[in-house]
Amino acid sequence: MSPEDIDLFSRIVKERSGLIITPNKAYLLESRLLPVARRHELGRLEELATAVRSSKREDLLEDITEAMTTNETFLFRDTGPFDRFRDHVMPSLLESRAATKTLRIWCAAASTGQEPYSLSIILMEMASQLAGWKVEIVGTDISNEALNKAKEGLYTQFEVQRGLPIQTLMKYFTQEDGSWRISENIRQMVGYKKFNLLDSFSGLGRFDVVFCRNVLIYFEQSDKAQILDRVRAQMANDGSLFLGGAETVIGVTDSFKPIPDLRGVYSPA
Amino acid sequence: MKTVLIVDDSKVIRMVAKKILQELDFETEEAADGQQALDACKASMPDGVLLDWNMPIMDGLEYLKHLRTLPGGDAPIVIFCTTENDIEHIQEAIAAGANEYIMKPFDSEIIQAKFGQVGLL
Repeated sequence: MSPEDIDLFSRIVKERSGLIITPNKAYLLESRLLPVARRHELGRLEELATAVRSSKREDLLEDITEAMTTNETFLFRDTGPFDRFRDHVMPSLLESRAATKTLRIWCAAASTGQEPYSLSIILMEMASQLAGWKVEIVGTDISNEALNKAKEGLYTQFEVQRGLPIQTLMKYFTQEDGSWRISENIRQMVGYKKFNLLDSFSGLGRFDVVFCRNVLIYFEQSDKAQILDRVRAQMANDGSLFLGGAETVIGVTDSFKPIPDLRGVYSPA
Repeated sequence: MKTVLIVDDSKVIRMVAKKILQELDFETEEAADGQQALDACKASMPDGVLLDWNMPIMDGLEYLKHLRTLPGGDAPIVIFCTTENDIEHIQEAIAAGANEYIMKPFDSEIIQAKFGQVGLL
């Protein structure tokens, strides 16, 4: 692919989603966009680039952005954050929310559903403590394709195998032609919604816990700060924010501070 | 150093598994079928067993059932590693005393994750 085409596709993705395609991720353009080109009966990426240049067709721009913002993830990817959610964040919420018995959790980069479903499974395992509670998990993502897969809840062996103990897999999944489908009671715990992190958060409501892992790394510093400040505004004062292993609030915003001894978890400052 | 007995009739699979497990600091032993594995366990119980299902002479499930009746045979953590990937096989294995189940194909990250989940790492 020519540097001009790489630049063109990167600019489209940046403009429409805020995500930055760094040079070391340029190889992804090729593998992700070739299927888009084929779907639009354009044989090669050069033709896709030409089509975009000659007419700013909305469907092309949408598909390009979507293809570049979908990530493959595993259930219980990195067990650390889920352990911290179950062992530290949930016990304190069970106490502090005992009067209202309501809990709202936002997965801000839900992708194909693995993270919200991992949380649902944890909550399902705590069902006896949550009897009579109203728990809501909202999963948002910029990609329709990812959200459709999330709603479908059908995963490959590779996706379910790594993070899930076999007993958990047997309990919450059924097998379909070599793939694994999440059980209906887990699927129903999550509401999905297409959402761009650069858009207004005002319609989303207030959250007790926000997972925003492995997505800020793709944004520019100023966008990162702005997103985190707006997350703060949607969050209860004693809420918790989970970021990815390579992400931090330090040097980005003063809205959050790290919680001592809970790596990757932050509280409103 | 913890020991893992690798049971598989494929020499190539044993070699791949051995390399992965040695990188994770395990001492490894090998057996090419269930009978060999049983003999190895009678001589000395390993901490973990990575176990194929389909093998000549004695298959993995039969080996597991025998193992669990041996003195001290309930101690080793047994992780199946097989192409038998359907729910019925998995349930049968768990009922027979398997601790975990890896569906082939596997890679080092799956091995590491599963050995971590069962507390061998």
